Amino acid sequence: MTIARVQTLTDINTDTKNLLGGDNLEAVGLSCVRDDRVLFEDLDFHLTNGQVLLLEGHNGSGKTSLLRILCGIRMSDAGSVRWNGEPIDILGADYYRWMIYVGHLDGIKLDLTVLENLEVSRSLGQASDLSLSAALAKVNLAGYEDLLGQSLSAGQRRRVALARLLVTVNRLWILDEPFTALDQSGITLFEQLMTQHTQNGGMIVLTSHHTVSLEHVEIHRIRLST
Amino acid sequence: MSDHSLSTAFYFLLKRDLTLSIRRRAEAVNPLLFFVIVITLFPLGVGARPQLLQAIAPGVIWVAALLATMLSLDSMFRSDFEDGSLEQLLLSAHPVSVLVLAKVGAHWLVTGAPLMLVAPLLAALLGLPSQGMLTLLITLLLGTPVLSLIGAIGVALTVGLRRGGIILSLLVLPLYVPILIFASNAVELAATGISVTPQLSLLAALLALALTLAPLPTAAALRISLS
Repeated sequence: MTIARVQTLTDINTDTKNLLGGDNLEAVGLSCVRDDRVLFEDLDFHLTNGQVLLLEGHNGSGKTSLLRILCGIRMSDAGSVRWNGEPIDILGADYYRWMIYVGHLDGIKLDLTVLENLEVSRSLGQASDLSLSAALAKVNLAGYEDLLGQSLSAGQRRRVALARLLVTVNRLWILDEPFTALDQSGITLFEQLMTQHTQNGGMIVLTSHHTVSLEHVEIHRIRLST
Repeated sequence: MSDHSLSTAFYFLLKRDLTLSIRRRAEAVNPLLFFVIVITLFPLGVGARPQLLQAIAPGVIWVAALLATMLSLDSMFRSDFEDGSLEQLLLSAHPVSVLVLAKVGAHWLVTGAPLMLVAPLLAALLGLPSQGMLTLLITLLLGTPVLSLIGAIGVALTVGLRRGGIILSLLVLPLYVPILIFASNAVELAATGISVTPQLSLLAALLALALTLAPLPTAAALRISLS
């Protein structure tokens, strides 16, 4: 029964697959200085459809700073981030249309229900064909639609935050410690979703202290060390 | 991005903020309560001198409205900043300035608009002549949205600071002064039966300016605060 449902949802995702292809995210000579300390210098990488980039490094090595630079929230001290050859600060909304970021904070309003939270998140991006309740079912939160955010556990809130990835059309996922607070089944589930996303031509940049294992997906790694 | 999805985002954001205000009623009625308390205290403090009260009524009502708005400004982006919703907003596929307008709109509906409901009552309490009543409502209708719009720039700049309260007042208060002058002057003149079209036109012009110009620096300031 569950398998059948997952199957149909995969089909929905393959429909949007045709839209994907030929994208790339490029970092050219990125540097980040924080309080006179150089976190990283002259960082280059190139990411195209179906690729996953895992950022590694100890606490304070600049992983989150790098992710925030890739989102355009933080300015890099040198170098630039390019989406399909164009600098992201010039692209603006044309970049954000294809990118979604899940950071340390879940971005969930405690006084709103799960469905209301997700509804707003979806309206901020390009709505995908997947219905909100179908997305919640995918992260194993079916039946939690009308619960207030404050009555969810930390892991459940994380799942709601991750459901945001599914309710919008996007090609690039930028994830800061996505596995935080998730239980083992949640981690496995989310790894499946990541595999699916890359197989559909999406790309992922993430940081994680957990080992990430995705089937049939090659994971590129960058180790940040200061 | 089609206009349709932008209006959807606008709608959902407005609805979200209004829903949140309804669910946190105690917080939302604070400015209104402040407005009512300040104005009702004046007759007690000044004493039973109807002519004096009548003379200061426009100023008192407008100063109270201004301070009530100031009091509520900080809440405009604070919770969004703390729970990460602000990141989502800035990384949206839509123009941030339009989304900001939805947030300011919700703020005004919760804090500015209710003032108009109680203002006539309080004006009567202070003995404002009835011919000034309509003008008072019009000035509030035109003026309080400007207070919210200008305030949004200040809040956006200070939301990243832990104790931004004083800086916020310093930033925003000077910009509030023209509205205070034109609005209370209009009410005062209207109470004596003089035409106040110029003052109201100026307030309307300020509103049009703020509505079109304020969201852009607000969006930019939010980016600075988050980086």
